[in-house]
Amino acid sequence: MMDRTLLAVAVATPLLVGAGFVMPSWAVFLVSAAMAKALVVLGLLVLLRTGLIPFGQALFFALGAYAAGMALEALHATDAFLALAIGTLLSVVVAAALGALLARYRDIFFAMLSMAFSMILYGLLVKTASLGGTDGFNLPSPTYLGYAPHRGAAETALYVLSAVLLGLAMALVHLYLASPRGRLAEAIRDNEIRVEYLGASVRGAICVKFVIAGALAGVGGILSALSVGHIDPGMAYWTSSGEFVFVTLLAGAGSVFAPFVGSLVFETVRSFAVQYSPQTWQMTLGTVLLLVIVFLPGGLWSLAARLRRARA
Amino acid sequence: MSEPILVVEGLEKSFGGVAAARDINLRLGEGEVVGVIGANGAGKTTFVNMVTGYLKPSAGTIRFRGRDITRLGPREVTGAGICRSFQVPQVFGSMSVHDNVMIALGIAEKGALASWRPLETGERARRATALLERYGIASSAGREVRLLPQGVRKLLDVAMATVSDPELLMLDEPTSGISTEEKNDIMDRLMSALRAGRKTVLFVEHDMAVVARYAGRVLAFYDGRIIADGPPSTVLADADVRRHVVGEALHPHAA
Repeated sequence: MMDRTLLAVAVATPLLVGAGFVMPSWAVFLVSAAMAKALVVLGLLVLLRTGLIPFGQALFFALGAYAAGMALEALHATDAFLALAIGTLLSVVVAAALGALLARYRDIFFAMLSMAFSMILYGLLVKTASLGGTDGFNLPSPTYLGYAPHRGAAETALYVLSAVLLGLAMALVHLYLASPRGRLAEAIRDNEIRVEYLGASVRGAICVKFVIAGALAGVGGILSALSVGHIDPGMAYWTSSGEFVFVTLLAGAGSVFAPFVGSLVFETVRSFAVQYSPQTWQMTLGTVLLLVIVFLPGGLWSLAARLRRARA
Repeated sequence: MSEPILVVEGLEKSFGGVAAARDINLRLGEGEVVGVIGANGAGKTTFVNMVTGYLKPSAGTIRFRGRDITRLGPREVTGAGICRSFQVPQVFGSMSVHDNVMIALGIAEKGALASWRPLETGERARRATALLERYGIASSAGREVRLLPQGVRKLLDVAMATVSDPELLMLDEPTSGISTEEKNDIMDRLMSALRAGRKTVLFVEHDMAVVARYAGRVLAFYDGRIIADGPPSTVLADADVRRHVVGEALHPHAA
């Protein structure tokens, strides 16, 4: 029998793709931004299950985007798949190196050290004039294996790519979390000593999870940059990392669907808050998070579990 | 004694200026069931911690099946065939008993950690149930571990230590924190499960009656040293053991 979550992903992904062809342009842009963010949060969910949360995930978000942007410029190319391949590869390599070091730390030390690394990248990007310094640089409109969508279809094409990648990532992360290696996360959170005495490497497992999270954040950064058509050092700033943690807490770690739901709620609340109260939109977002923490400590996704229990 | 599987020579451990283990020498034969006794601070747990890679010895060597394991860590020692339980059960508190064993089985199975198949398979679940039945805790399978009595957690701790089919099992105070009435029941369940698996067992224990009943050989620790080593009847009757371990000097009128 097919796994219910995989079945749900298989049904939801084509629906999400289809929605891109009927939604107004502003909604396509908003959902695209939510999908890019959801990929980063999906990676954080993998780490969160071990009890670790990095405050520096913007490092990979920016790294993926800059690597992709620089590669396209250097190669005089515009292909989105090439950008994704190069940006993700660099994110994986850097995540493996930093993961090996960060796996030695726990709690606030893990969080702050990861933030320090992201701020180092931010400092480098701000000071590098050839990369546009604080202004960053623009990206060309992407092509897809030779297909160059005309002006109106460009937004939809990137939306479809984002939806397919998100669906694929959700399915793979779900399979991973249910596998013996994925389930190790909860065991590590509960008792590292027992995990080692069962014969598994705690640091190795954390490093692998950090690489998964780094790769997903890289992909999210690339899609976000292609969607906006611009890259700047703000992507690596600590407030970006804070935003990802914010959405992770808002969403909850209960399901691979939670990051997308959380990101969509976040982007929607932010868009409307900025539109209707431009001076106090942060306060609106803060209030939403406060309400969720007080009334839904397990995140928005715990609502689904509550409804299921109520029906049973 | 049959061919020794564990050979410990000149093992020492100091913490700063305090010696916790001094010149420990031991040969452990295959299939032996050894009880370790000693007052608090005598070096029993330090000894177990050194053999199982939790502490690095200050001096001496530990050989298991001819292989030097002195400097190995917990994971490598487990891989070599020595597993352990703890004075305070080291289990996954927020999970069910069933999930604890499933994860232990998943880690122990060769290749399972590289697999994309779900941890929860029918075959693995059957093995988990069989293991829990062997230790008499199958009725608690669905319960969250942190809410269970100490006795069940102790049994689960040992059950999880045996999933990789170790040759030597070291149990650190398997009956501590358990009522006197339950002790024999817990030890009966443990020993029958371990004997069925033909394991070599070394267990640390404070209750002399439990040691006399289950151990074929007793090691008495005092001040970081082994002061007596032999059959329970000999060791428990030894004058030094009675004075330093059983505590007769402190209680001259005790039986």
